[in-house]
Amino acid sequence: MEIMQISIFAENRPGRLAELTEKIASLGIDVRALSLADSADYGVLRLIVAEPEKALACLRAAQLMATGTPVLGVAVNDAPGGFATVVRVLADANISVEYAYAFLTPTTGKAGVILRVKDNAAAAAALQLAKIELLGQEQIF
Amino acid sequence: MNYFTPEIETAPREKLRELQSERLRKMVRRCYNNVPFYKRKFDEIGLKPEDIQSIDDIVKLPFTVKQDLRDNYPYGMFAVGRDKLVRIHASSGTTGKQTVVGYTKEDLHAWAEGAARAIVAAGGSANDFIHVSYGYGLFTGGLGLHDGAELLGAIAIPVSSGNTKRQVQILQDFQSDILCCTPSYAMFIGETLREMGIKPDEIPLRAGIFGAEAWSENMRLEIEKALGIKAYDIYGLSEIAGPGVSYECSEQTGMHVCEDHFFPEIIDPETLKPLPDGEYGELVFTCIGKEALPLVRYRTRDISCLTRETCSCGRTLVKMKKPRGRSDDMLIIRGVNVFPSQVEHVILELGMEPNYQIIVERENNLDAMTVCIEMSERMFSDEISGIAAAEKRIASAMLSTLGVGAKVRLLEPHALPRSEGKAVRVVDKRKI
Repeated sequence: MEIMQISIFAENRPGRLAELTEKIASLGIDVRALSLADSADYGVLRLIVAEPEKALACLRAAQLMATGTPVLGVAVNDAPGGFATVVRVLADANISVEYAYAFLTPTTGKAGVILRVKDNAAAAAALQLAKIELLGQEQIF
Repeated sequence: MNYFTPEIETAPREKLRELQSERLRKMVRRCYNNVPFYKRKFDEIGLKPEDIQSIDDIVKLPFTVKQDLRDNYPYGMFAVGRDKLVRIHASSGTTGKQTVVGYTKEDLHAWAEGAARAIVAAGGSANDFIHVSYGYGLFTGGLGLHDGAELLGAIAIPVSSGNTKRQVQILQDFQSDILCCTPSYAMFIGETLREMGIKPDEIPLRAGIFGAEAWSENMRLEIEKALGIKAYDIYGLSEIAGPGVSYECSEQTGMHVCEDHFFPEIIDPETLKPLPDGEYGELVFTCIGKEALPLVRYRTRDISCLTRETCSCGRTLVKMKKPRGRSDDMLIIRGVNVFPSQVEHVILELGMEPNYQIIVERENNLDAMTVCIEMSERMFSDEISGIAAAEKRIASAMLSTLGVGAKVRLLEPHALPRSEGKAVRVVDKRKI
């Protein structure tokens, strides 16, 4: 139940994000979720896209530093405490979250959360045991 | 006025010329008889040792360049055997191949004499504590000033470089009178002093002798203010001796050359013809007194000029102006020689693509080197901490190979301009 996330390296300079996102648009890449992490000098743009393998090839052909990372997607109740429940399950299973970001799914009443953990299999098992719905690539698009 | 060797430093020019002529005659014979490299070079142009009678004949001699030292690495240019050698120094060179220099007892004495003259010219005496913060080791800075201090009969404090808070503590507790280090390190010590809340007048330091890198008049003022001292320039290069080849006096309008040992000329680097006094060109030295490594007309690549106007300090020794810069690819970062090829070596060793550029800037009067490297698959990560770790790995490898710290800046692929010929590897933004 893994989802392929695409990460792109970006230098931290004015206008670079605009150029980068325009490039992604011009390559016809359909983005469902994104998050931007940055340091003083550079950032990493993380994307959940339709057809990640194809998108990755396009980005690389466009001379961008892009890589694919398997992450987990979960559906959480769009209600107070929804995400807390998920994190608690992982904490109790001794799995730490490296980073996470949320997005809206077409599924009504649910929000999607992308989770980056060190051990996807262990995290998925713990979440399934707690009856938390995992999202696959096809549920997102 | 006080001199370490008044009979030389204030000698009438004619007497100096006689000494130089005599030393040059002997040196040329030594080179011809003991250094196959020079015998071959002299024979090629049909030059016999007896063709050299006076110092004016020096223009008949062929030049020596750094590559000659590299080609004859390590000891091929030495004119003496192991029995006469007492010390080896080396300057950091491109990947592995350093320039090796050797000294006999006499050579060390001549060098120490130069350094001692510099200390006296900076107002030092046998009663002073000489705080040496140049690095000790193959680099000539530390031992050069150290030997000069001891020859003078002053008290050498061999602190070496690094651990700046400790430097400050020694300046305070040991009552250092004269500080010897690179100008950028002097600035750093000054900054540390301020950060520690110590005022310049709370340390007894009176003067500083700074060299091994180019520095501006502005920087002199900054250092003088930060440390509450008078700052003097010193010049040297290991091929000739080390610090003390020339030194500044109280007039501070150039550095008096120890021309009894190291005869200077200025040439046009293109035509190789000698240039008249006052004109800038490439500085060339002939080690007329040296035994171990008697280099003939060694091209330093430093751009300077000579003046023989009377100096208010009473010294008659010719003065050379602060060198304006170097013409070859070597960078001097905070006194340390850095070659772009060393940076490349580090990058390649870490398994990364050699797409890089070195940017050198002057930040708060300190040399700052940034190595820009294009991001590659090998160091990329979806996590910032992963990239930061790669960055750190590169920086520490740079430090251990280059001997001087470099900031690492990661660029996107193809961010650096590509060239079909020689890539622009170095952007030196320093304005001296």
